[in-house]
Amino acid sequence: MADRPSDLLPSRRDVFFEGIHDGMPIALGYFVVSFTLGIAARNAGLTPFQGFLASLFNNASAGEYAAFTVIAADAPYLELAIMTLIANARYMLMSCVASQKFAPDTPLIHRILVGFDITDEIFGITIARKGPLNPYYNYGAMSVAMPGWSIGTALGVIAGNLLPVQAVSALSVALFGMFLWVIIPPARDNRVIGALVLASFAASFLSAHTPGLMELSAGTRTIILTLALAAIGAAFFPVKDPSADREEDESHAA
Amino acid sequence: MRHDIYLYLLVMSAVTLAIRIVPLTLIRRQIKNRFLRSFLFYVPYVTLAVMTFPAILETTQTPVSGALALAAGIALAWYGASLFKVSAACCLIVFCVEWMLLG
Repeated sequence: MADRPSDLLPSRRDVFFEGIHDGMPIALGYFVVSFTLGIAARNAGLTPFQGFLASLFNNASAGEYAAFTVIAADAPYLELAIMTLIANARYMLMSCVASQKFAPDTPLIHRILVGFDITDEIFGITIARKGPLNPYYNYGAMSVAMPGWSIGTALGVIAGNLLPVQAVSALSVALFGMFLWVIIPPARDNRVIGALVLASFAASFLSAHTPGLMELSAGTRTIILTLALAAIGAAFFPVKDPSADREEDESHAA
Repeated sequence: MRHDIYLYLLVMSAVTLAIRIVPLTLIRRQIKNRFLRSFLFYVPYVTLAVMTFPAILETTQTPVSGALALAAGIALAWYGASLFKVSAACCLIVFCVEWMLLG
């Protein structure tokens, strides 16, 4: 990240390949996680092709998993819609954040295409990248991440429990490693972010063990804690005017 | 199975895509409100941190390997390691620790 030439304007092609480069570990992690998701899809009665379609258009682990349990129960369509809405609601927040990283004159088509694959991980590398959002970076990452996710799901439906449990366990932390790569450098450089990250760890741990909260799904707890902690941060440590905001943006990308 | 799987897929995909695309296309100007801007600035760090811990302890076969991967990931990211190195180190540590502990 630090040695990336940011002052000279890279071509679309360069940016696209930069996206592929950063999307590669995501694609590998996706492949493994979606493989296990495919097992859930098979249990819900989906064919490999249906699993492929579900993952291609949803790109969501918890959301798809929740949806497959609804499908497996043969529940009403409305229930599936509500379940999907709750499990994926955090993407609405991420989409709001990403909207602020776009240059205001960005054409609608780029906004739609980038929005298509706002996942936890793609969102992470999008935020970590310096300067305004370049859609070609996202397209590069999407070009490897989306096949990894959707083909992995299809193979999971076909091959079930083929991968040894040791490999699944080891590879399952790849995505967490990526989250840490996104949040730790800014937490080191910005005290407020650092304190918020620590508070998030603590609050997340406590809420997972507190009666009344622990019964909620992990996705719902994530939304509640995100709203609460980010609001506290914004109320007590508001960021400076937009130009200062941009400076912070650059320092945490380095 | 009384419901059609393809209709199920259509419903879930429509909801998910609307969640992702609608804010991105509707909010087309920079938000001026200071609280909102600050809020959106902090959201990614909080939300990724909340999703990481304690979940990382629960996805591995034993919490010990997850905890060590977490510590290593934080240390490597702190000293500026690349995305690939941080991710790969976390995986490697889980694999080695579980190989030693669980055989």
